[in-house]
Amino acid sequence: MEIHRFEKLWLAAGILLIVGFIATVTYGAVGEGVAMVNDDGGTIDPTKVSEDANFSDPGVEQVGPHEYEAHIVAQQFLFKPGTSTPIRVPANSTVTFYVTSSDVVHGFNIVGTNVNTMVIPGQVAKMKVRFEEPREYGIVCNEYCGAGHHTMAGTIEVVPEDDYEGGA
Amino acid sequence: MAYVDDYPDASKLVRACFGVSFVALGLGGFFGLIQALHRTNVFRGFVSSADYYTVLTGHGVLLVLVFTTFFIAGLFTWATTHSLERDVPSLTLGWTWFAMMLVGTALAATAILAGFVPSIDMSADVLFTFYAPLQAHPIFYIGAALIIVGSWIAGYTYFKNLWGWRQDNPGERIPLRTFMVVTTMLMWYISTIGVAIEVVVFLIPWSLGLISQVDPLITRTLFWYFGHPVVYFWLMPAYLVWYTVLPKLSGGRLFSDPLARVVFVLFLLLSTPVGFHHQYLDPGIPEGFKFIAMTNTMFLLLPSLLTAFTVVASMEHGARQNGGTGRFGWLGSLPWDNPAFSGSALAGLMFAAGGFSGMINAGMNINYLIHNTLWVPGHFHLTVGTAFALTAMAISYWLVPQITGKRLQFRGLALVQPYLWFFGMTLMSNAMHRAGLAGVPRRTAEPQYGSVDFSGVVGGMTEMRIQIAIGGTLLFVSLLLFLVVMAGTWMAERGRGQLTVNGVIPPALSGPEHSPRIIDNYRVWVAIAIGLIIIAYGPPMFDLVADGLLEPGSPAFPA
Repeated sequence: MEIHRFEKLWLAAGILLIVGFIATVTYGAVGEGVAMVNDDGGTIDPTKVSEDANFSDPGVEQVGPHEYEAHIVAQQFLFKPGTSTPIRVPANSTVTFYVTSSDVVHGFNIVGTNVNTMVIPGQVAKMKVRFEEPREYGIVCNEYCGAGHHTMAGTIEVVPEDDYEGGA
Repeated sequence: MAYVDDYPDASKLVRACFGVSFVALGLGGFFGLIQALHRTNVFRGFVSSADYYTVLTGHGVLLVLVFTTFFIAGLFTWATTHSLERDVPSLTLGWTWFAMMLVGTALAATAILAGFVPSIDMSADVLFTFYAPLQAHPIFYIGAALIIVGSWIAGYTYFKNLWGWRQDNPGERIPLRTFMVVTTMLMWYISTIGVAIEVVVFLIPWSLGLISQVDPLITRTLFWYFGHPVVYFWLMPAYLVWYTVLPKLSGGRLFSDPLARVVFVLFLLLSTPVGFHHQYLDPGIPEGFKFIAMTNTMFLLLPSLLTAFTVVASMEHGARQNGGTGRFGWLGSLPWDNPAFSGSALAGLMFAAGGFSGMINAGMNINYLIHNTLWVPGHFHLTVGTAFALTAMAISYWLVPQITGKRLQFRGLALVQPYLWFFGMTLMSNAMHRAGLAGVPRRTAEPQYGSVDFSGVVGGMTEMRIQIAIGGTLLFVSLLLFLVVMAGTWMAERGRGQLTVNGVIPPALSGPEHSPRIIDNYRVWVAIAIGLIIIAYGPPMFDLVADGLLEPGSPAFPA
């Protein structure tokens, strides 16, 4: 098969680009520890979320020094907590989010960051997030979830460590 | 002699397919205009924000399911008959698949449009991804299934024509355009199995109340098993045009027939085992399978990179035949005043930009920054919305005169139409990409929230909103110009002067005899493609169904 010399060069450059992309992502995962949303959040009966031990009274709790867990329920058209009361966490902390849905598919995105997950009924999305500085973040549901989808949003308040008096 | 005289049966079918696809394009495009004005808050008088999602469902289904599938069915009917030099094997069979697809379209459209009428207890506000447990009326799913089954039968007629040709031409290489159609359809058969199982096994029985629940993750996964190859089902016909017609319109011929075949084989192999890259953010799917999908996705860049080379090289060859010289000076010797050429070339150029944003999407970690933001529709309006749609419009300027035997009317309008599309899409898409980086979500009627402050990474939010609104409006105007040209041509009288296009496609500079024969043995490629799919999908699908096909299950939520 005849391949023009220029085309061979182009092909080699293309393969180099592809291998380079895969290498950077691999480095991100192995070297920098960038984790994906995975299957380790487990499953849940979506019709019984309100009876679940972790999600019946969702919110933030401390589990260690600078270590917190936040359980969040997404439902048409609010985050519980998040929408009517903000999710409050202290600065300089690592928060593991557990997010699930009691009705349809939702999204959970801390705006402008890579904290972003699908919220699928029956599944618990688990994400570890590091909060360094005090500031306020917006949360949006970024998957269509019904006629009121555009109203589904919330807030995370990262408060100074010394002012922290417990989560939402 | 024009195509319409040589292939009267095929011409009827192609005309019918193009007719339906253009109606869908017009209505879907009008819905797009409503969205562009509504979500940017320029004008919200067309529909309420709750009905915005009915419009959005219509936009998606009419454009990416109806417009594309009908246009491709017509284009492939032309490509196979013309390159095999045989009319369609059976007009009855042709009308059968056409009617199935048309009835399917009517059912799905009825379910969607009924969403505007509160007194009718029927709706399908589920968008074109129809994620369970949001539920549409059963006729929506039945309609979608009919469109797909119709396209399967259409595919069978292309194969039947090829088998007939083979008996008459033993030992000959499959003509390039037919080879492209065959590889595309094989990929389509393999990939549509996923959505067919999703709809027929799960969603139709569930919407009829025969089963009470479905597993939203399993149905999503089946959707995305189909949802990425479908984008290649849109792109490969555009590639067919770029490889076989664009070089001729440039004044030359295709650079390399063997590499064109290799590219299509690579698409057949790699298009399907990549679907999890749409589910990088899905809980319940192990990271390792996301990584496998990413690796396959990155290698899927290769056939597109090869295409970029071959298409540009073929255009340069054509330009030099026209007397073009210099390192870049040859660009000026291309027929930029021929809308069939300019539309296809501009579509290819925009696809290069879309390819770059696609590389970002494919990156497993960086994807988290842009997933479900406005970046994503910004990306696919460059791919399906331009690479496919603008190529389809451009090639219609060349093909519709051949299937009707009528001269192209309103040439002046046709001349500006591709440029207007390119300009409008440049405004809209760049702003959508940047708004996505700022975190503005897609699929929302009112992307402004009391508690959320979006700040642009590059540029301001108001400027982006205005660019999206103006861009969307220009795109709609461009679409109207196209439809006026098509309607005028269709209704013109036949026999007024010579056709200004001719359908002859010159052979490639390097012909099929330069490639090994195994390339035409598509059974081998199908076997490898299925092997790759088993690796990518076997274990995770096994895990998903291990706890029960319908578990963890969700009851229906009316959309």
